[in-house]
Amino acid sequence: MPKLYELAHCRAGDKGNTSTLSVIAYRAEDYPLLAREVTADAVARHLHAIVRGEIRRYELPQLRALQFVCEDALAGGVTTSLALDAHGKSLSSALLEMEIPR
Amino acid sequence: MRETLRLGGGAGFAGDRLDAPIDLAERGELDYLVLECLAERTIALAQLRRRRDPAAGYDARLAERIESLLPILARRRVRLLGNFGAANPLAAADAIVAIASRLGLPVKVAAVTGDDVLEMLDPDAPTMETGVALSHYSPIVSANAYLGAEAMLPALASGADIVVTGRVADPSLFVAPLMHEYGWAPDDFDRLACGTAVGHLLECAGQLCGGYFADPGRKDIPGMANLGFPYADVAPNGDALLSKVEGTGGRITLATATEQLLYEVTDPHGYLTPDVTADFSTVSLTEVGPDRIAVRGARGRPRPAQLKVSVGYLAGYLGEGEIGYAGAGALGRAHLGGEIIRERLARRFSQLRIDLIGSTSLHGRSFDSGEHPYEVRLRVAGRAGSRDEAAVIGDEVEALYTNGPAGGGGARKYVSEQIGIVSTLIDRSRVSSAVTIREWRGTHAEAL
Repeated sequence: MPKLYELAHCRAGDKGNTSTLSVIAYRAEDYPLLAREVTADAVARHLHAIVRGEIRRYELPQLRALQFVCEDALAGGVTTSLALDAHGKSLSSALLEMEIPR
Repeated sequence: MRETLRLGGGAGFAGDRLDAPIDLAERGELDYLVLECLAERTIALAQLRRRRDPAAGYDARLAERIESLLPILARRRVRLLGNFGAANPLAAADAIVAIASRLGLPVKVAAVTGDDVLEMLDPDAPTMETGVALSHYSPIVSANAYLGAEAMLPALASGADIVVTGRVADPSLFVAPLMHEYGWAPDDFDRLACGTAVGHLLECAGQLCGGYFADPGRKDIPGMANLGFPYADVAPNGDALLSKVEGTGGRITLATATEQLLYEVTDPHGYLTPDVTADFSTVSLTEVGPDRIAVRGARGRPRPAQLKVSVGYLAGYLGEGEIGYAGAGALGRAHLGGEIIRERLARRFSQLRIDLIGSTSLHGRSFDSGEHPYEVRLRVAGRAGSRDEAAVIGDEVEALYTNGPAGGGGARKYVSEQIGIVSTLIDRSRVSSAVTIREWRGTHAEAL
């Protein structure tokens, strides 16, 4: 199965202990596939060891993008986490490891 | 009225590159240059510096920034806005005037204050992150309300060349000149939303131009060592065109712009700033040429009733130690090193984190593919109440040289003060901003 990395790009952002992850289709025609497969539940399963809280998904067809807002994802928050990547900047790469059935 | 206004994004954080905004100011034909220099913790750290020295507490690199930019801004007639006042905008204004007089360049600086709400903080107020009362987080060292564009309007109306603020919402730094020049009303929510979208796209500077984006072979970006910083030409109706200076590195594409539009957005249908509730889901991005992206269509709703306050508190000290292992069995030896430290320190440190860099340090075991990485770096981190106690962690890792697994090399140790940040809300009526002018008009001879 191809990885999400082949179909989309992603940028991670942080707000406190919340991580935002965009998933943006390279090609507009792949957006429906992403909207169908990259659900909030699928992302929760994929990132289960990292994201402890709720995951909300926003659909943005005009931007051929999905936005995932992941609560309790940054080991307590950017400013007091003991983690190396306290901001979760690298979580974009973790999400793009997801396998996408065609 | 002007047909368009050109706003440049010249810094995305306090430590950002100093040469890119120089080029942008020199060749960008800007009307306004905006420097965004305050991450969450920056202002709390600045407040600590101000406690030690009442004339300090502004951006630590302000002198470098102003010395390099002021002659260009004066010559090119570009106005500068920035939150590089950090915890002390008045002292920043004084410092700018001192630099200007030394350079022989007349300048009028407007300092915007009123964001510092430390004295009026309610200890029983709940934090937005956990709901726990603020008093739980102590000692609190800073509390700054996010001011909006309106707080900067009197400063712009004063005719100041430079407007220096403390905490303001990042996009508001871009919305303010648009309100000032175009006379956008505070309830013209669609235009404010368009300005907010533009500000949000520009506020991280290089991140719109391929920074935090490039991925060789997949998302190639040329010339990143000379990454251009972006500007936007904004029309009176809020439509904008993003671009960057010809000949600079980087790219502005649909892909870079879409990533930046959604960056740190926790609700694309309701992006909250002190100015407006902006809907980014209606934004359209269109590639109209190389490195040229048209932005339009953000919709706005009334602004939030309260202002967000960022509260900084002292959270102890972070101690870290690292040491590297290589070759066959590297992973096992790094793991053994970590277990040795854990056995020796677990009772002394309530939170101890052991990372194997090159294997599981970023994402744990989720995507653990390599059983035999050629090199692995052990990292141990923990928090302590004092600097001396935090230093124990690095010392223990260093001692693995002679007491730990075979072949450990390149030990490093660090101690850093930890500033925690939580947020709360405050009623707008309790926050009042003010503008103070500081000016140097040139020597008498030059004045004649």
